Amino acid sequence: MSDSPVSDSTLSASTAPGETASVRARPPRGLGLALLASELAILFRRTRTIAMLAALAAVPILIAVAVRVSSSGSSGRGPAFIDQITQNGLFVGVAGLILCIPLFLPLTVGVAAGDTIAGEASHGTLRYLLVAPAGRVRLLIVKFLGTVAFCIAAPLVVVLAGTVIGAILFPLGNVTLLSGDTVSISESLGRALLMSAYVSVSLIGLSAIGLFISTLTDTPVGAMAATIVISVAAQVVGSLDQLAWLHPWLFSYHWLGVVDMLRQPILWSSFGDNAILQLGYVIVFGALAYSRFVTKSILS
Amino acid sequence: MTGNAGSNAFAPGALAIETHGLTKRFGSHLAVDSVDLAVPRGSVFGFLGPNGAGKTTTIRMLLGLVGATSGSISVLGQPMPASLASVLPRVGALVEGPAFYPFLSGAANLHRLDTADRSVDGATRSDRVAQALDRVGLGHAAGKKVKAYSLGMKQRLGLANALLAPRDLLVLDEPSNGLDPQGTREVRSLIRSLAADGTTVFVSSHLLAEIEQLCSHVAVMSSGRIVSQGTLDAVRDQDVSRIRVVTTDPVGALRVLADFGLEPSVATDESTADGDVRVVLAPVPATDPGHRTSGIQPEAIVAALVAAGVPVRGFTVEESSLEDRFVALTGEGFAIAEGHSVR
Repeated sequence: MSDSPVSDSTLSASTAPGETASVRARPPRGLGLALLASELAILFRRTRTIAMLAALAAVPILIAVAVRVSSSGSSGRGPAFIDQITQNGLFVGVAGLILCIPLFLPLTVGVAAGDTIAGEASHGTLRYLLVAPAGRVRLLIVKFLGTVAFCIAAPLVVVLAGTVIGAILFPLGNVTLLSGDTVSISESLGRALLMSAYVSVSLIGLSAIGLFISTLTDTPVGAMAATIVISVAAQVVGSLDQLAWLHPWLFSYHWLGVVDMLRQPILWSSFGDNAILQLGYVIVFGALAYSRFVTKSILS
Repeated sequence: MTGNAGSNAFAPGALAIETHGLTKRFGSHLAVDSVDLAVPRGSVFGFLGPNGAGKTTTIRMLLGLVGATSGSISVLGQPMPASLASVLPRVGALVEGPAFYPFLSGAANLHRLDTADRSVDGATRSDRVAQALDRVGLGHAAGKKVKAYSLGMKQRLGLANALLAPRDLLVLDEPSNGLDPQGTREVRSLIRSLAADGTTVFVSSHLLAEIEQLCSHVAVMSSGRIVSQGTLDAVRDQDVSRIRVVTTDPVGALRVLADFGLEPSVATDESTADGDVRVVLAPVPATDPGHRTSGIQPEAIVAALVAAGVPVRGFTVEESSLEDRFVALTGEGFAIAEGHSVR
């Protein structure tokens, strides 16, 4: 009935009194990266995000301060990494990162990913973004990239805060790796950043799950809690020998493989296996989120 | 102002919004039931209906937020939601109240929502945000966080968002909600000035007097269906006038008016100073648009009331308002069963 592009003829015909009346259809300009820039700005300027990153930064700082205050030399107890801090401040960031992997990092990622769509829905801004129109697929991609940015920032903050406080409170020196080799300060800093990148990749599968859960509800807290519960559940399952057949499929399977970045030579296969596993999660849960979100009735 | 919605108003392509058999079912609940809307270009179209009538669901379907169960939608001459990406940049909307990020300022909120629209020029963004804020009188509060805004300010910000880019169509759901009388007047004059520029304005409201002052066309929705649609005069004039009797004997007045073939009822919402005094209303159906009382002589009714011994304190023939028509159409009237109150 209205196949023909009627706009041109009717716009000029029906609005004779006011020549300024009609707006010409505006084609999209470029990729529209402004929305991504705005998403990142809102995410990282938000008090909640800043508080989460500050809490993460506090972990290595607390470790370092606690070790320094009670430094009676090596007691032989506690994790090996913590013991090494006193000899070399460069270990503080690494120790903090490993300590944050099982719970603190998944927790903050669960908050960031669970909030993506459900948070917009609860504010009511989802309908205004879509009417703008943001485009549902574009919005989903922007939201996912936002959580990926958070996954990059979160471990980085731990490593940087740890390295800085370590440099302040403890002596620095060449680092002895797990394999027994010794590397220079500058290379050990590179290793720390590599570990941070490994952990970022590790968290991406979880953020895809969080994104999908976030499309299911209008209650961000529910989506956050569900994502966090899933990350804990995956690690519980991962510790049960009876379910060993399932372990390679868990997104948390390679999480502690981050220490392979401390070997000489670096076990790149560990990095690659982890990346492939996470990519699989992104594809599966990205597809689920897509199929859910493009057909979702926006009633919030 | 609305003269351009005249002769060819219903020609194909001259409709800003057109739906055919639009239906939405939520489970077993039929929220919208085969709605045929025809909103002429250049009109100010009032969309009326009681709460739960399906207005907001209809608006959500028009904007592609909710998929229709069946039926077709055309907005600005293009099918929806298929042409959503090219149609929506030309549509400004306020849907079910304003919604913003409470932790951002008013200007930052508009900035954010504007980035969502790929068709606009990012270089002019700050200017357009400032202009939109000035247009709704929020220039002074641009830097204030939205959580510190009053409801009326949020409503204005919602209007500003609808005005961020030049639009062909504005869909405004309850634009005066939460505004003080001054704000209501400002919104009214804003809508008038937009309409004067040729923008079609589709406005839903509960404020019938507002619609009556503003709109050239109306549609009345009730229980998911359109019960009346057309120009304001056509919808209003279907019920030309009513008789209003103030009396201490409402039962007698009801009986006398019923004898004239009218359907009187006791007004429940009009209070009088004296507790015994009641107001009896009787709509007078128009059989001939030229004669307001359709052959029934008001003076004959007065004589009959007096003859029947009904004490009459007041008697008036009132022109019907849109409100009367609305109540009659949506079944919110309070009809007294005939004669059952005879002693």
